[in-house]
Amino acid sequence: MEERSIHLELWRQMVRIRRVEESIAQRYPRGEMRCPTHLCVGQEAVPAAAGLALKKTDLMVGTHRSHGHYLAKGGDLTAMLAEILGKATGCARGRGGSMHLVDLEAGFEGSTAIVGGSIPVGVGLALPMKLRQTGQVSVVFLGDGATDEGAFYESLNFAALKALPVVFICENNLYSVHTPLEKRRPGNFNLTAMVRALGMDARSLDGNDAWAAYGAITIAVDQARRGRGPVFLQCDTYRWLEHCGPFPDWDLGYRSLAEVDAWRAKDPCKNMAAYLLERGWADKASLAGLEAEMDREIEAAWEQALAAPTPEEEMGRSGRFAPERRKPWHAD
Amino acid sequence: MARRLSFAAAVNEAQAQAMELDDSVICFGLGADDPKGIFGTTTGLVERFGPHRVFDMPASENAMTGVGIGAALNGMRPVMTHQRMDFFLLALDQLVNNGAKWHYMFGRGVPVTIRLIVGRGWGQGPTHSQSLQSWLTHVPGLKVVMPSRARDAKGLLLESIFDDNPVVVLEHRWLYGIEDEVDEAPFGIPLGQGERLREGEDATLVAASHMTVEALKAWEYLAAAGVHCDLIDLKSLSPLDWDLVFDSVGKTGRVLVLDTGWAQGSVAGEIIARIAMDCHGDLKTAPRRLALPDYSVPTAFELTRNFYPHWRDIVAAVAEMTGSPMAMPDRAETLPHDVPDPEFNGPF
Repeated sequence: MEERSIHLELWRQMVRIRRVEESIAQRYPRGEMRCPTHLCVGQEAVPAAAGLALKKTDLMVGTHRSHGHYLAKGGDLTAMLAEILGKATGCARGRGGSMHLVDLEAGFEGSTAIVGGSIPVGVGLALPMKLRQTGQVSVVFLGDGATDEGAFYESLNFAALKALPVVFICENNLYSVHTPLEKRRPGNFNLTAMVRALGMDARSLDGNDAWAAYGAITIAVDQARRGRGPVFLQCDTYRWLEHCGPFPDWDLGYRSLAEVDAWRAKDPCKNMAAYLLERGWADKASLAGLEAEMDREIEAAWEQALAAPTPEEEMGRSGRFAPERRKPWHAD
Repeated sequence: MARRLSFAAAVNEAQAQAMELDDSVICFGLGADDPKGIFGTTTGLVERFGPHRVFDMPASENAMTGVGIGAALNGMRPVMTHQRMDFFLLALDQLVNNGAKWHYMFGRGVPVTIRLIVGRGWGQGPTHSQSLQSWLTHVPGLKVVMPSRARDAKGLLLESIFDDNPVVVLEHRWLYGIEDEVDEAPFGIPLGQGERLREGEDATLVAASHMTVEALKAWEYLAAAGVHCDLIDLKSLSPLDWDLVFDSVGKTGRVLVLDTGWAQGSVAGEIIARIAMDCHGDLKTAPRRLALPDYSVPTAFELTRNFYPHWRDIVAAVAEMTGSPMAMPDRAETLPHDVPDPEFNGPF
């Protein structure tokens, strides 16, 4: 893709994620979405970049805050909204909610709500990729909170040991719920240096700069795909809304309005729009037209999701186990 | 064709045959390819199937369980082994939060098999001898099996490997040396199916794993004294063969449940609860259980002398429950109480 269309597509993906998240935030107080919902407003650049840098056949796992990852990988919007609404047509048929999304066709293997919980699963997905030389890459999204977990260290070590095709993308939004990095790490802590010491390439970048993220992820994915081992990317970004739920939360006092405002000034969507205009790659009318188109898509998805049936009780009771399969020692 | 094989050799053969049958089967664990081959249960596998399919791992129990889950989601059938169940506790997060939930949430089976070895004797002590099967049976989405004989070890392990769900196989260290007739060809034993090993009208013994070995000894003694028991070897703890248990209790009206774990919160407790609820009218006397006393496993030789339930305790309990006065077995032992057989000389 040429530079212009990449920029335009990054903008489109980011704005789409933003508009979906805003539409959730707006409706959430109505009480139709009865599950913990973690919005990624402000953090759209990295998911959008990853979505564009990956092939459909590449696999991805996510976290409790994965609406953006899911959408960027090509996950079905209506199925996601239906899942958050607890509908039978939800991507996890009402068994998962906002924190447990899946779209196998899109290569979004699953997001889970335990901090760091999906990291080793993403590494495991890459093991057969290497053994069978499928040429795929496994992308593991994680937050800075997950880097506090033992599973993070263990998973990176194993991925490096076996030179597995994994790209770890850490969205560092500075807080583990309300706990800032400085309460969790010594002042001289350097995450990428620690990861490099495990024998893995690691770099940090501006996670609000979609173009920079796209470049870094493209290089990382290429390296992993060529069998040169895993890569770790630390992308510094910021969550605008509360940890869980639809509202701003600077009033809680764990972070200041000044800090929030400083990061809002680094709005990845607005900055990209400004850049597109500056380069003459788009004009205001065309961007407004694209936004209106996205809004229509999102509104249609809401209508469809809201109209979908709720699941029968049997859906809750069933599905504990995968069905019996024929065993290889049984004759055909 | 059947031939005599030790429990450890049967476990080894099951893995080798699984790997022959399906190249998506891989085996890993701490020491999986080392000279001792996890008590002989993985010996020779790396030579036959290569280091890509049989490999050692870092002591990262939790992440490696997640790696197994991820690999299973992407078409492999991983078999993971831990030399003691106690080390596996770090991995409960991955097993419970991901392994047991993935199919329920995302509709995709997780064909991972996890072998956990339960230690006993020779001073294994508080952290090398825990038998925590009840924790696992508590979790929906997990299957838990506990073989007592070599043939079951092979059949259940093969069945587990080719099941599309996470299965935990608990292997009792004291069973490894015991030989049994085992079919050479690959075969499975359906998960959730128990077996009536002995027939009798007077009482029901429900057991699994090493407690089945103790129960068989007690059965012989009781039979010689004129008391005849049904002896049910559960094989699978989850799913559990309730029909078989209820059928037997319906016949005998007396039940003694044997457990390798602690009494409180045990599988034995669950079985007795279900019997009390579902077979209340059949009961001629209160159900009983024999399990570990509610304190950690001591280490010193003298402290462990009476720690584990012994087949003599089974005899005493059944004699009492059936109101059958009999001479109790001689307490003289030819073997120290902390080893399973004369060949076992520790250390692990």
